[in-house]
Amino acid sequence: MAFTAFSAQTSAAEPAAKRRSPIALFLLLPGILYLILFFVTPLISLVITSFQEPDPVRFGSFVNAFRWENYVIVLETYGEQSLRSAGFAALATLFALLIGFPLGYFIGITLRPYPLLQGLALVLVIAPFFISFLLRTLAWKQIFSDEGPIAGVLGALAILPPGQAITGTAFSVIFGLTYNFVPFMTLPIYATLASLDLRLLEAGNDLYGSPAVTFRTVTLPLSAAGVMSGTLLTFIPAAGDYINASREFLGSTDTTMIGNVIETNFLVLQNFPAAAALSLVLMAAILILVSLYVRRSGTEELL
Amino acid sequence: MTNNEVPQGGFAEAGADLELVGISKRFPGFTAIEELDLTIPAGSFFALLGPSGCGKTTTLRLIAGLEEPTTGRILIGGRDVTSTRAYQRPVNTVFQSYALFPHMTIIENVAFGLKRRGIKNADPLAHEALQLVELDHVANRKPAQLSGGQQQRVALARAVVNRPALLLLDEPLGALDLKLRRQMQIELKDIQSEVGLTFLHVTHDQEEAMTMADTVAVMNKGRIEQMGNPQELYELPHTAFVATFLGQSNLFTGEVTSSGSSSISVDVSGTTIDVRSDRAQRHRGRVTVGVRPEKVTLYDSAPKQSSDRNVVGPGRVTDVSFSGVSTQYEVTLPTHGVVTVFSQNTSITAMHHDGDEVWLSWDVGHTFGLADESYTAAGSRFQDDTDTSMIATQSREKLEAELGAD
Ligand SMILES: Nc1ncnc2c1ncn2[C@@H]1O[C@H](COP(=O)(O)OP(=O)(O)O)[C@@H](O)[C@H]1O
Ligand SMILES: [Mg+2]
Repeated sequence: MAFTAFSAQTSAAEPAAKRRSPIALFLLLPGILYLILFFVTPLISLVITSFQEPDPVRFGSFVNAFRWENYVIVLETYGEQSLRSAGFAALATLFALLIGFPLGYFIGITLRPYPLLQGLALVLVIAPFFISFLLRTLAWKQIFSDEGPIAGVLGALAILPPGQAITGTAFSVIFGLTYNFVPFMTLPIYATLASLDLRLLEAGNDLYGSPAVTFRTVTLPLSAAGVMSGTLLTFIPAAGDYINASREFLGSTDTTMIGNVIETNFLVLQNFPAAAALSLVLMAAILILVSLYVRRSGTEELL
Repeated sequence: MTNNEVPQGGFAEAGADLELVGISKRFPGFTAIEELDLTIPAGSFFALLGPSGCGKTTTLRLIAGLEEPTTGRILIGGRDVTSTRAYQRPVNTVFQSYALFPHMTIIENVAFGLKRRGIKNADPLAHEALQLVELDHVANRKPAQLSGGQQQRVALARAVVNRPALLLLDEPLGALDLKLRRQMQIELKDIQSEVGLTFLHVTHDQEEAMTMADTVAVMNKGRIEQMGNPQELYELPHTAFVATFLGQSNLFTGEVTSSGSSSISVDVSGTTIDVRSDRAQRHRGRVTVGVRPEKVTLYDSAPKQSSDRNVVGPGRVTDVSFSGVSTQYEVTLPTHGVVTVFSQNTSITAMHHDGDEVWLSWDVGHTFGLADESYTAAGSRFQDDTDTSMIATQSREKLEAELGAD
């Protein structure tokens, strides 16, 4: 990998034999082994499971088969949850972008003359990771609970109708997703903006671009790579998330996402083929969505 | 708000005057520009010449509106633009760092300013500007695919295409090789005289400044030391800095012994050097006088004393370097130190050799008297860092005194 990366830069016309050096392959070996062991094998096992059918003899266990109807069944049964997952994840990504971009801009550009403050702000962005994701999400459940301060204030102001809870709603799930994934959006955006050459913005101003125009024509295109990575890092895990939407945390039966369905099928219903089929559907859907997104943004080289 | 500074959909009719009134710029703990007053008439080619770190870029940034002056006013075409923003000023800059937009093609870069001003045929105009810098064939490439010199020419095209009333050039030819630099110098001059724009050209290359500009201002440590047309600056430098930064000079320090109406006499270690009063900045006390190396003639024997020539000697030739057209001699005098002499190779017999005893003589009219009290040969033409930090501390002390007085 390292070898090809360097030679590709210096000259593309180099003989192909030199670029496919055996040393490079040798260096790749640990990575390849890792992928085979921890990605390819489980994936194949998942594919096999997804086509299994119930064992006619022993109730509750499954035998290998080619029962492709599994896919039709799960799509029919869980279509609503799939759409909800996509919708929730998309909204959470949008909100994370609305929070993460200004935050990344503030840390990467506004705070650039003050490296100390910049470091401090970055630590604050990362700080939530010092506490377990589960604990933090539970804490929000507490804050949003019917006896909690927020429900109290909203109820007193008659914004929240009597008997209406905050937790267990689409709002609380999207809130939780947004909250949990904001750092994943902020950090890549910060990283691209921190290396943005401010002299380019001056050149934009010098060439009659008002601050707004310069932002649109210079800053935004030059931070596209960060926005791309941030969006993917947020959308992909958010679409498969099963913590925020679960009943033990911020969700309810009305907010079930595909991650919860997979979890239930694997662990509670023990319907392994359905769970496997759903997992693969989710993977494929994300793969298609992401490649469409990358193609549309025309930034393949940024990945 | 008067938003008519930048003509929308059209070009500036002609260059505009630039006037800086009492401009100073302080950075925390450092004064980059001190009390700068400068007027550049419309349509002129003005060069700001100075060693690196003297505040040239800062001056341009103040004019472009990328930096706010601490004190003073900036007028362009008679209009006070001090409080307007960079994008509202009818000014374009060729940045020292090029600052080309990396995500845009060359043609998009060049058309950027035109499009912001809503000019209709932006693309044909941009291609025209690229042809001017001989880069139209790379119009669809990205800046990263061009060499430094090519990028610099794109930066030039990107600014010139806007035909601004005032074009600021920050060492725009620094990355070009000599041949291309000459060519671009001529082209820049052509563009300037053709369109009648006002050019403010910043450089640390004295030859470039002298060949291109109508007026040259020599800047040192945040101040303009002297300003005038190139010949005037060369023939009659006012300060030791100008005398040594702009070409070479032989400088001597001594006391004024007599001061008449037409000339003053300076005693330099026992030898009298006369200077015409109108060519001397100071007429009494300790002064520094000088002469350009090519104005000095060497003699094998003591020349006849005459009232219109200064004679010093004898000294010994310590170095001879022959360069074809001329010969450069270093003559060491026990009383005056090392004197440099350029001699045209018009006759072979006049050659002097290492170790020869020689006398030096030059026309009184070629002598100049400087404003500096004394001059210590610094050797380096560029101020070094200790110098800079020294001014920094001095300026800080001054600033603190000023703040304390409030
Ligand atoms: N933003 C700044 N903060 C502090 N000092 C600065 C800043 N910009 C420039 N300077 C200082 O001002 C001086 C003049 O800089 P500059 O105008 O870039 O010089 P030049 O272009 O003549 O080489 C330098 O000593 C530089 O260190
Ligand atoms: Mg500079």
